[in-house]
Amino acid sequence: MADKFRSIVFDQSRCLGCTHCMRKCPTQAIRVRDGKAYVNYDRCISCGNCVRACPSHAITTRFDTFDILNGYKYKVALMPSVFYAQFPHINEPELVLNSLHNIGFDYVFEVARAADMLSLLKREMFIIGDVKTPVISTVCPACVELILTKYQCLRDNLIDDLPPLLLSAKMARDEVKKLTGLKDKDIGVFYLSPCPAKVRAIKSGSYSQTGDLNGAIAVSEVVKKLNLVDIKDVVIKDEIKASQMGIAWSTSGGEASNLPNIRQLAADGIDNVVSILRELEDGKLSDIDFVELHACPGGCVGGVFNVVNTFVAKSKIHSLRRTVLQNKTNTTDKIDKPISYYKIPWKWQTTDLYTLDKKLPVALQKMADVEKILKKLPRKDCGICGSPTCRALAEDIVQGKATESMCLVNRYFDENNKTD
Amino acid sequence: MTEIVWRFDVEGNNFELAGHASQQTKSRLKQIGVNNDIIRKVIIAMYEGEINMVIHANGGVATVTVQPNLITVVLADTGKGIENVELAMKEGYSTATTEIRELGFGAGMGLPNMKKYSDDMTIDTTVGEGTTITMKFKI
Repeated sequence: MADKFRSIVFDQSRCLGCTHCMRKCPTQAIRVRDGKAYVNYDRCISCGNCVRACPSHAITTRFDTFDILNGYKYKVALMPSVFYAQFPHINEPELVLNSLHNIGFDYVFEVARAADMLSLLKREMFIIGDVKTPVISTVCPACVELILTKYQCLRDNLIDDLPPLLLSAKMARDEVKKLTGLKDKDIGVFYLSPCPAKVRAIKSGSYSQTGDLNGAIAVSEVVKKLNLVDIKDVVIKDEIKASQMGIAWSTSGGEASNLPNIRQLAADGIDNVVSILRELEDGKLSDIDFVELHACPGGCVGGVFNVVNTFVAKSKIHSLRRTVLQNKTNTTDKIDKPISYYKIPWKWQTTDLYTLDKKLPVALQKMADVEKILKKLPRKDCGICGSPTCRALAEDIVQGKATESMCLVNRYFDENNKTD
Repeated sequence: MTEIVWRFDVEGNNFELAGHASQQTKSRLKQIGVNNDIIRKVIIAMYEGEINMVIHANGGVATVTVQPNLITVVLADTGKGIENVELAMKEGYSTATTEIRELGFGAGMGLPNMKKYSDDMTIDTTVGEGTTITMKFKI
């Protein structure tokens, strides 16, 4: 936890302490102290909501630069379908795919091919029916992290298939090794990421555990680099191998749409995700078998690293699915490995970050203190103190991280009463 | 001994707000670090009781007391009371109107579920005066 890679970093020199980010943070991880915003990185799930909210562009993101390619003999790009959508005026998706050869990648692997496999596997899984429902998708690492830290009782509902990104890294490595005869250490596998959550997962989170991924570069960086080459002159070597099933995963509801006979629900946007998690926790959605969650509005097309507007990207993905469907109806790859190949080699670990104390009697006492302090606070949730709500300020006070004098509303009334 | 008391007013016939008290209780119990399985039991039982007060009793007051080894939920109303407690405890028995059932409530599982999920439940009811239900959950 302590050495968690920070994919979201606050630039204190630009921060005005305005509290926009603090109000939008789904885990109450942000506080404003002495006029600057600070993040509790244990609670940060890298959803990117604060990046969208910041009016002064003080919240920056960290990812790998193209320099990372230099450490490897053979460079593989894992290209998500959202990448196609970054070029709305190019109607031949093959041009986008092959353009990556011009900026230093030896091999391009579509993540949607892994999503294809996972779509087929999930159909089988529901036919066999040996699962704890509702099954929750792990496609969005921000949502997975939220579940593991705040909605722990849903851990066993997380699907045990590899997330598409990890499976694609594994498939790409196997394919390249077969093709070139190179060893694992000579092959660098890099993901073109639409969001900071996936960057963090790759750099130090759950996705780093398999060792198949070597880095993550933001989609926006790749697009910037591609502007230097004229995409229309790209030589087409590789065809699109993914089917429309896998490509669908980049928009909300797409993954679920591959399970036509399954009772399903797809939620996107982190606030909506939270409300669904609450209902799931209460067991209220027992008539749903599959739940797809995306922290970003619209799904991965809404990631903060994308350069194209979410809705334009969504429309582009839609037409890409149609184009692909015209050319081929089946997936290129087949499920030809033992089932364990497609499964996560670990058990999801939960961490508790939200209890007031590890010991219940102490937590109870602290909660009693919180209630006592809260009675004195104005309950306006204005956030001017630098904590997102009055209750959060009361908790911060009890944890020794704030003082009652930080409440400006109370101070205003105190001072006015004195002068009366 | 440390204890906390939360008091929630439950508004009668307001289905928009129904469940608010149990939701609030859930997030606070989580912060105290009560085991998830116990929270689940408390919340399901409390939710049922809350809904009962909304449907049948024109609202009431829900009081949750947390001690290091015990959670006590008291649901008190001044509604019409329960005429036949034994019958009301039967699964599937309900006096809810058709309109209520159309909203998805009134399945006759309220009291049975409260009994099932709590470690101890007492019903104190007088027809025409009201009902007080006390549920205890061991931590």
